[in-house]
Amino acid sequence: MMSSSFNIYRVGISFVMMCIFYKSAVDSLSELSPQKYFSTLQPGKASLAYFCQADSPRTSIFLEELNEAVKPLQDFGISVAKVNCVKEETSRYCGKEKDLMKVYLFRGNILLREFPTDTLFDVNAIIAHVLFALLFNEVKYITTLEDLQNIENSLKGKANIAFSYVRAIGTPEHRAVMEAAFVYGTTYQFVLTTEIALLESIGTEAIENAHFYFFHCKQVLDLTQQCRRTLMEQPLATLNIHRFIKTMEAPLLTEVAEDPQQVSTVHLQLGLPLVFIVSQQATHEADRRTAEWVAWRLLGKAGVLLLLRDSLEVDIPQHANVVFRRAEEGAPVEFLVLHDTELIISRVEGNTHIEEMQEDEDEDMQSPDMDIQDDEVAETVYRHRKTQLPLELTVELTEETFNATVVASDSIVLFYAGWQAVSMAFLQSYIDLAIKLKGTSTLLLTRVNCADWSDLCTKQNVTEFPVVKMYKEGKHPVSYAGMLGTEDLLKFILLNRISCPVNITSVQEAEEYLSGELYKDLVPYSSVSVLGLFSPNMTIAKEDFTKAGNYLRGFVITGIYSEEDVLILSNKYGATLPALLLARHKEGKVESIPFANSRVQDIVQIVTNALLETFPEITVENLPVYLRLQKPLLILFSDGSINPQYTKAILTLVKEKHLDSLTPCWLNLKNTPAGRGILQTYFNALPPLPLIVVVNLHSGGQVFAFPSEQAITEQNLLLWLKKLEAGLESPITILPAQEWKPPLPAYDFLSMMDAAASQHPTRKEPECTKETNMQKNDKQQHEDKRSLLLFF
Amino acid sequence: MSLLAAAGLWGPPGLLLTFALHPALCLRPAPTSGPPHRDYCVLGAGPAGLQMAYFLQRAGRDYAVFERAPRPGSFFTRYPRHRKLISINKRHTGKANAEFNLRHDWNSLLSHDPRLLFRHYSSAYFPDAGDMVRYLDDFADRLGLHVLYNTTIAHVTLNKDRQAWNGHYFLLTDQMGHAHRCSVLLVATGLSVPNQVDFPGSEYTEGYESVSVDPKDFEGQNVLILGRGNSAFETAENILGVTNFIHMLSRSRVRLSWATHYVGDLRAINNGLLDTYQLKSLDGLLESDLTDLAIVKDREGKFRVTLKFFLEEGNQSTDAITLPQDDNDNFAMRVAYDRVIRCLGWNFDFSIFDKSLRLSSGGEFSKKYPLVKASYESKGSRGLFVLGTASHSVDYRKSAGGFIHGFRYTARAVHRLLEHRHHGVAWPSTEHPVSQLTSSIVRRINEASGLYQMFGVLADVVLLKENATAFEYLEELPVQMLAQLETITGRRARHGLFVINMEYGRNFSGPDKDVFFHDRSVGHTEDAWQSNFLHPVIYYYRHLPTEQEVRFRPADWALPRPTAIHHIVEDFLTDWTAPVGHILPLRRFLENCLDTDLRSFYAEPAGKKGNSPEAGCQEKHKAIAGHGLSPIISSLEPGVLLPVCPNTPEAASLLPAGVPENAGARGN
Repeated sequence: MMSSSFNIYRVGISFVMMCIFYKSAVDSLSELSPQKYFSTLQPGKASLAYFCQADSPRTSIFLEELNEAVKPLQDFGISVAKVNCVKEETSRYCGKEKDLMKVYLFRGNILLREFPTDTLFDVNAIIAHVLFALLFNEVKYITTLEDLQNIENSLKGKANIAFSYVRAIGTPEHRAVMEAAFVYGTTYQFVLTTEIALLESIGTEAIENAHFYFFHCKQVLDLTQQCRRTLMEQPLATLNIHRFIKTMEAPLLTEVAEDPQQVSTVHLQLGLPLVFIVSQQATHEADRRTAEWVAWRLLGKAGVLLLLRDSLEVDIPQHANVVFRRAEEGAPVEFLVLHDTELIISRVEGNTHIEEMQEDEDEDMQSPDMDIQDDEVAETVYRHRKTQLPLELTVELTEETFNATVVASDSIVLFYAGWQAVSMAFLQSYIDLAIKLKGTSTLLLTRVNCADWSDLCTKQNVTEFPVVKMYKEGKHPVSYAGMLGTEDLLKFILLNRISCPVNITSVQEAEEYLSGELYKDLVPYSSVSVLGLFSPNMTIAKEDFTKAGNYLRGFVITGIYSEEDVLILSNKYGATLPALLLARHKEGKVESIPFANSRVQDIVQIVTNALLETFPEITVENLPVYLRLQKPLLILFSDGSINPQYTKAILTLVKEKHLDSLTPCWLNLKNTPAGRGILQTYFNALPPLPLIVVVNLHSGGQVFAFPSEQAITEQNLLLWLKKLEAGLESPITILPAQEWKPPLPAYDFLSMMDAAASQHPTRKEPECTKETNMQKNDKQQHEDKRSLLLFF
Repeated sequence: MSLLAAAGLWGPPGLLLTFALHPALCLRPAPTSGPPHRDYCVLGAGPAGLQMAYFLQRAGRDYAVFERAPRPGSFFTRYPRHRKLISINKRHTGKANAEFNLRHDWNSLLSHDPRLLFRHYSSAYFPDAGDMVRYLDDFADRLGLHVLYNTTIAHVTLNKDRQAWNGHYFLLTDQMGHAHRCSVLLVATGLSVPNQVDFPGSEYTEGYESVSVDPKDFEGQNVLILGRGNSAFETAENILGVTNFIHMLSRSRVRLSWATHYVGDLRAINNGLLDTYQLKSLDGLLESDLTDLAIVKDREGKFRVTLKFFLEEGNQSTDAITLPQDDNDNFAMRVAYDRVIRCLGWNFDFSIFDKSLRLSSGGEFSKKYPLVKASYESKGSRGLFVLGTASHSVDYRKSAGGFIHGFRYTARAVHRLLEHRHHGVAWPSTEHPVSQLTSSIVRRINEASGLYQMFGVLADVVLLKENATAFEYLEELPVQMLAQLETITGRRARHGLFVINMEYGRNFSGPDKDVFFHDRSVGHTEDAWQSNFLHPVIYYYRHLPTEQEVRFRPADWALPRPTAIHHIVEDFLTDWTAPVGHILPLRRFLENCLDTDLRSFYAEPAGKKGNSPEAGCQEKHKAIAGHGLSPIISSLEPGVLLPVCPNTPEAASLLPAGVPENAGARGN
């Protein structure tokens, strides 16, 4: 009720105007007596008053801040005053003692809030708190995901939500949100939280000081559907929010049929570029879908329009399918040929250098898009080619220095080729590793550019790039075969710090080893520690185990124990010698595996198998390992960490051997965003999570989805699996067998040469003619595919 | 081991002679108690002979080199007469890559010893022939090559024997009458016989091989030079400033090497006479068939040029011989010459080879060289290979096989053939997953010197494995032997192949071509097939071509018609590493031949966030760095689901270190 009267004030004040006010208002803090102050209060008008003793110091930090807040608050129609309490003053607002002085917020003469001065630590805090108090009804403060979901559900089909997270109340970001709420609070439901966990649970990556989301709930008619969310990518500041909201209000997609140079939308006024998707009558429907998809992706970053070529009077180049116009006045309109919507996105994000289509179109058979780099690694490396890497953190080796260096100190060597994109991208990771390890490692990080020292690389048996080898104590170098990234390489280096297997000399040490105490810092990199137990006389078995350990170097920690008192350990863990003890640190379990008569390969196999988890979280890194089991995958997709009940249900099924023919696993979309792409392929749209599918990759490619309306319980799952097995379920989709095709056609030089030679016809063998035809067909297919790409 | 044993047996040449004199004392367990046996005999310790010896030595083979002179490289002790080699000794390229630098080193032989690079022997761009002699001497010494000096092989015959590797042995007889028996004969004797043209009066001519090199001897003389090769121009260059004039007479027009791209044609360093001729300084070039000519000596002892036809008119006294100017008083060569110098090149010395070897020349028009196959093996007798300059018939006037910077590679190719034929060592190759295909090719086209020097003759070959998931890379195969690839290399080519060749543009090279025409360079990738300058060309074949297809290929094609072809656009810097201009179109070509995707992907799509445009850039860079980058796969693109196939090499690259090989990982 109170707020409604306040609304009258607010109407019509725009942010732009506010900015002008900021400059024009010159009022400063008025000092009044209590009596005088209360007489000035007007009904419905908000006022902030600082009550202090008349004899208190004239200046203080708080007063300075308050003084600064006067103008902005006046812009919101809030007056500010300093009220001097005289000693004999009896007003209840005058505190008894100096340190009890408080600030009071009134509407009319009704007290709304009182603030201790330390809450209002600076001008931002003052404004944030005051507006927060005044806009109590407009801005809902929440602490749990449930709160958010409730608000979301209640507003579906009715209104959109402006959801924001700030680290704390009273921060500059909080002020910005409150200022925005002041203007837009009646149009959108503002929701505020300071709970980082809440933010995590809605899937925000890399959480920073503040985030601002726009939830598009108004158009959601199906209550089970989630509201689309758009994250504001700019820093949380008043003007940014204003601009962001303005773009949210603008139509998602506009159809135009006029010269792109003449079109004007709110986006241009806001300094955002325009993207025109060129369409024609024949493909209008598909183009519109594409454009809508692009528009959603670019919401808040650019305006997206559908340009109808057929009814256009001006000429645009024939092949151009995208027109790009920057917001700067007089910036030329760019005509582009982009066959991947991702390219449009990256174009707008201003990161891609794409060769512009020449205006003077020559009559080439080939379209120029083949020159567009579609290898993301090559593309990023090219884009950053001018970025100087701090190469000095690694030692560059040459033919002259190589041998002396790797003999003199333990070294890790990156063999790369300066012209190869993957090499250069990995070099970046390698430098990052050098930064990480700076001053902590005795290992020398070196590199050899094989483009310069070709012979040296060949001598080191390096014939492909990039290759990482570790040279240690003059031993045979160990090659690294993990992912080409900082993390995995770091693991390799750290695990190589200890010898493999490491020699354990006492029972106590063995226990420390198994508990993970001995190599505490390495345990995070090796989920399992392996200990081989041998009687002192088992020389051959020990030798084999040592070889296996060497083989597993940098991959898992292995140790060996073969003292006289080895029986203490074998008895304790119920093992018969020789035995392998596997300590699973995560689960805190130690299991023993007998391996009498096992040879090196068998031991390696046992350890490798032991590393497989029963219900692993699938990541891009470990996927190939699990795929190699050749079983259909049962994947639980989860947005965030998994519900323990689901884990329990699946582990029970595993224990009861119901899942033997499958590889059960789960995928965390937070850790593996690529999962979204997978789900999209399966369901066309992102379905509500969690969700279980069975994917038969190895034969048939069928995908089955566990009915989402059913609860994920043991019984339900089992029933469903039975049905699956009986063939009673039909797949939701069937994946194409081999989709690993050339992304674009190549230049067909053979036909060009033939065409040139046809002026002087040469004898052609019939077989060759056939080949040419086949190539033509290929080309046709490629073209079909290309158009598919654009209109998926 | 066999090398040591052989070395012990050889001993110094003197000792060997002793053995030869007393066959009964010979300790060698030869199959028959005949003359001393060697698996490989090399004739001639010139550059080609030493190069072959080096490869045989490194492989530990039983071999000997026979050299009639007391030291290696005797040709260079006398030739070129004016001592300046016209092979480039480029000591700086701005690059460290040793293999690349060999592209611009025309004098060094191949070895593992970086001290044996010619640039350590001369600082001159066109070095002195004496430095070459010193170099070859060092090469033989430092590497300890087994050369029997002062041994002139006077006669070579064939001795049929079913036990022998090739069904016969080669019997070599030296000047002392001692015999040597060889399983394989490698002839590297070069071209040693000065070419003579028979015409009346040819006895009045002086030969290049003996003419004075002292310009003083030509002061104020009228000189006629027969021939128009580098030796003719070299001779002219030396005396250009002291003669009245020099006329140069040859059958056909001059061929400039910068127009023909053939290093054996006239090099610019020798072409001073062309300059003075065209600048009206009395010197001149004439074309006429030498066999129609006659030279007569007049009363003053000067030489007059006339036609053979006039001489045949009757038995006339010298004064009465009709001269062309009698009818045509403006006949060009109507002046009297003080000297006539013959610079007509050299021919192979066939004389020591017995008829049984059937080592013949290529017929009336190519008497210069013995006839060999593309594998450098004689067409007449199996097991006889011709190396070095004498083997130039394979690529005469095309590539560099007649010169050190070319035949050092063909010798290596011959050695590789022999290793497979006689010792079961397959042609060296490396095997890679298909994800490395683009890189493997890019690496070679940018550094390989053999491909660059022996363009059109030696080519790299990529043999695809089943389903094109992996490939073998073979370097520098004699490309005309493509059809016989499986038999000569011991490798299988059942699933298609790529051939990587270097080529000049068609119709670009030729003696009458203007190589400086406007718009001669091609810059656009889509026009790459019209490239003129030397550039890489990649041929794709679904099946290994047959011998018929190789032999009856279209006239101007280096190889039979492929399934698909790719030209990498010519590059001014011969640096084919431009990501978009060179590598991208190559990748597209390979992808389309193999019907696969050869791109690399980040394990996770990079660059998901970024607050401001500026920060966006940086963030994205960080994201690349922070994420694991796998050379292949895990692109979970829309429309493609988990495109990881188990057991594919792509998947292997994602495997953690230490996973056993049999589990599908990339081998360590």
